[in-house]
Amino acid sequence: MSFDPEKVALEFPILTRKVHGKRLVYLDSAASSQKPEAVIDAVSNYYRTSHANVHRGVHTLSEEATALYEAARESVRGFLNAAAAREIVFVRGTTEAINLVAQAYARPRLGPGDEVLISELEHHSNLVPWQMVCEQTGATLVVAPIDARGDIIVEEYARRVTERTRLVALAHVSNALGTLNPIRELARIAKRAGAVVVVDGAQGVPHLPVDVRALGCDFYAFSGHKMYAPTGIGALWGRLELLDAMEPWQGGGSMIKNVTFAKTEYARAPERFEAGTPDIAGAVGLHAAIEWLRALDLDAVHRHESDLLAYASARLAEIPTVRLIGTARERAGVVSFVVGDVHAHDVGTILDGEGVAVRAGHHCAQPVMERFDVPATARASFAVHNTRADVDRLAAGVRRVLEIFG
Amino acid sequence: MSDLRDLYQEVILDHTKRPRNFGPLGSATHRATGRNPLCGDQLVLMLDIKDDVVRDAHFAGKGCAISTASASLLTEAVKGKTTAEAHGLFELFHAAVTAPSEAVLDLDALGKLAALAGVREFPMRVKCASLAWHTLEAALAGASTPVSTE
Repeated sequence: MSFDPEKVALEFPILTRKVHGKRLVYLDSAASSQKPEAVIDAVSNYYRTSHANVHRGVHTLSEEATALYEAARESVRGFLNAAAAREIVFVRGTTEAINLVAQAYARPRLGPGDEVLISELEHHSNLVPWQMVCEQTGATLVVAPIDARGDIIVEEYARRVTERTRLVALAHVSNALGTLNPIRELARIAKRAGAVVVVDGAQGVPHLPVDVRALGCDFYAFSGHKMYAPTGIGALWGRLELLDAMEPWQGGGSMIKNVTFAKTEYARAPERFEAGTPDIAGAVGLHAAIEWLRALDLDAVHRHESDLLAYASARLAEIPTVRLIGTARERAGVVSFVVGDVHAHDVGTILDGEGVAVRAGHHCAQPVMERFDVPATARASFAVHNTRADVDRLAAGVRRVLEIFG
Repeated sequence: MSDLRDLYQEVILDHTKRPRNFGPLGSATHRATGRNPLCGDQLVLMLDIKDDVVRDAHFAGKGCAISTASASLLTEAVKGKTTAEAHGLFELFHAAVTAPSEAVLDLDALGKLAALAGVREFPMRVKCASLAWHTLEAALAGASTPVSTE
């Protein structure tokens, strides 16, 4: 199947707008992707025709909404190649998913002497929840270092996996460096020691076909809004025997089987972890995004984005004083860079003036910035709708930075 | 957005590339730290105050062009001022960078600081320009905890 990014771009209404009088070049999809018409329409149609609360009423709309919500769960199952739809818990996003695992799985099971292992390239959302649970339980947080290119040093990682390691939490793809971690290999090492493996897939699912069973992990978390779905919806996949063994996280409606003042019996997974009215419209939008993305062919998407990444790296590297931050062996989705000693926020402001949207800052990964001894970087991230012409606009904008600060 | 040259004026670029009064100040009697957690920028402002007059002012730290230039211009502006006058400058500056873009500013009163007034057209960057000034307020007040723009 042929893949034409320019044709795909036409499906994103927002890309027709101008910023500061110039055609918008959106290179900030790693922060949040734009939405294709198919997703916007699915959400809109849901509200126009089928909205009601789920799992409650016996009326027609409630049945329709419930069917749509559960169909979305099934689509996530297929998207991740999970064994059962019951293994899919809807959450607000990756952050909530990781906090759920930290509090409902890890907290009751950890104690002094136990270790949680993460890597140096983690987003704050795959670091702070573990720090919190370590403080709550007396367990120790251990960090596996990365090398100068931004790759996890596998031998150093393996050395830190011991019989004390109860849980390993790793990004599939680094949001700050673009590093594509060898999850299968890292998970195998962790499993040998009996540790449970949690993967932060926020930057994985938009760019790669994901098969959670082939990855060999136990939990996989992702956000919808970075993969063309609405904000406010995401999913946690967990192996059923783990989910079934976990106590609820939040109490409320929907997560119960029977309630008396004396005792409450909880529903089984996934409802057990979905207290309160969920983001039904978000789930419908996520379903639409998954179908839309799968129709594009994820392998073709991956090839296209890899080409853009290589092209952008080359175009940026040839500009004087530009330094790429993160040159891992395998990368996906993002290129981080600094321009001489110009602060990333100044780079971001000047690029914005040229109609080019990038992220500037520490990317919620302050330890990564420290590792590379920069306060912040500018980051361009790619989506299905980006083209080489977009990269050329980026490169021209960076040259403009040099003109101003020259 | 107005022209980028309104933001990155010559005065600002000059103070960014060659910050004045940069580095430690041995005679400092007052100091404060300012942080912008959004971008990780951090600066330390040191004042030598005697008989209620700011005799010297230095700053150190890392930041973007706007925050560095603002801190550099600040150290020049407050030197020789009484603490009340320095506080008055803060108010003048703060009013200028948060004024609506159609408001007419008293550029004469701002003096060289007028170069920073262009930041009001860039709402995301007002915090960068303000960091040093909030730190000044903290230093004048003898605050011991770091101030934050958040």
